[in-house]
Amino acid sequence: MDKLDNQIVINRLQEQFAEQVRVVADPHGLLTVATEATTILDLLAFVKEDEQLRFNYLTDITAVHYPNDERDFCVVYHVHNLLHNVRLRIKVFINGPVPTIPSATTLWNGANWMERETYDFFGIVFEGHPDLRRILNMDELEVFPMRKEYPLEDPNRVDKKDFYFGR
Amino acid sequence: MSKVTLAEAPPGVEGAGFFATSLDKVIGLARANSLWPLPFATSCCGIEFMATMGSTYDLARFGAERPSFSPRQADMLLVMGTIAKKMAPVLKQVYTQMAEPRWVIAVGACASSGGIFDTYSVLQGIDEIIPVDVYVPGCPPRPEAILDGVLKLQEIVKSESLNRRNTPEYKALLEKYGIVTDNG
Repeated sequence: MDKLDNQIVINRLQEQFAEQVRVVADPHGLLTVATEATTILDLLAFVKEDEQLRFNYLTDITAVHYPNDERDFCVVYHVHNLLHNVRLRIKVFINGPVPTIPSATTLWNGANWMERETYDFFGIVFEGHPDLRRILNMDELEVFPMRKEYPLEDPNRVDKKDFYFGR
Repeated sequence: MSKVTLAEAPPGVEGAGFFATSLDKVIGLARANSLWPLPFATSCCGIEFMATMGSTYDLARFGAERPSFSPRQADMLLVMGTIAKKMAPVLKQVYTQMAEPRWVIAVGACASSGGIFDTYSVLQGIDEIIPVDVYVPGCPPRPEAILDGVLKLQEIVKSESLNRRNTPEYKALLEKYGIVTDNG
């Protein structure tokens, strides 16, 4: 079997998805593509099941918040072909008061906790997730702490007041 | 000559065959010299506490011979390490399971004030959820500092009046933390 490289991946994705998948970049050789929320499940299923690509290992699901962009949330999937040790990064830009994307738990059971974590920190709703609730933060938390509009620091901190430093 | 040193007797009246002092002082003396610690260790301060319990520093020299891993049989709760907000109800439950009289030492910067973890997920000092008697500074404190904290607590225990736990002030303090008491 020939060694899998980024160009083969690009060609395979282009012939299957044409305009629906855009190649963004390949920093440090890590091929990065972008798609839409409507095609993400088809794309993930294709790269997982395809005989040539076989990105059968889901390394991570996470998100990024870009508060100044029109589509201000980016959900990032990392998949890994363990046979050829080739990785692929898939980005999906979404927006809305409740950013929503289909759940990948139908493809990988491992996506369950990753999506719960992403929901916990960014408030991304994964439609079809069997049990979408907080996983790391306390249940009473009222915010999604990795969103930029919420302060990182705890408001109860008393010993960092300017008063103590003569400011 | 014996190497054993006895605890110093409280002030009182001494005569032939008798010694008279107040009950508060005697009970305080007994309590202070047999504090049963409950270590609640979550991070590096807990490692320092292990050294404190070990043979070189030996907390047992000060009467804290028996670390209790059941809150029911402990008097002194030592909280050592970062307490995440998700951990807070657990710590509070451990505290409420302890029988009166109970004392709390916050060991290290994290337990005292949140330390370097000024962030949404970390409790900014355990005194947000339970009353604290002694704070030990340091990140982490050396075993000597932890011992000093225990000695400071012994002074508090020695001078505590017997009915302190029944006073309205004490009840108000616990109520402030939302802890229900059933003692009277």
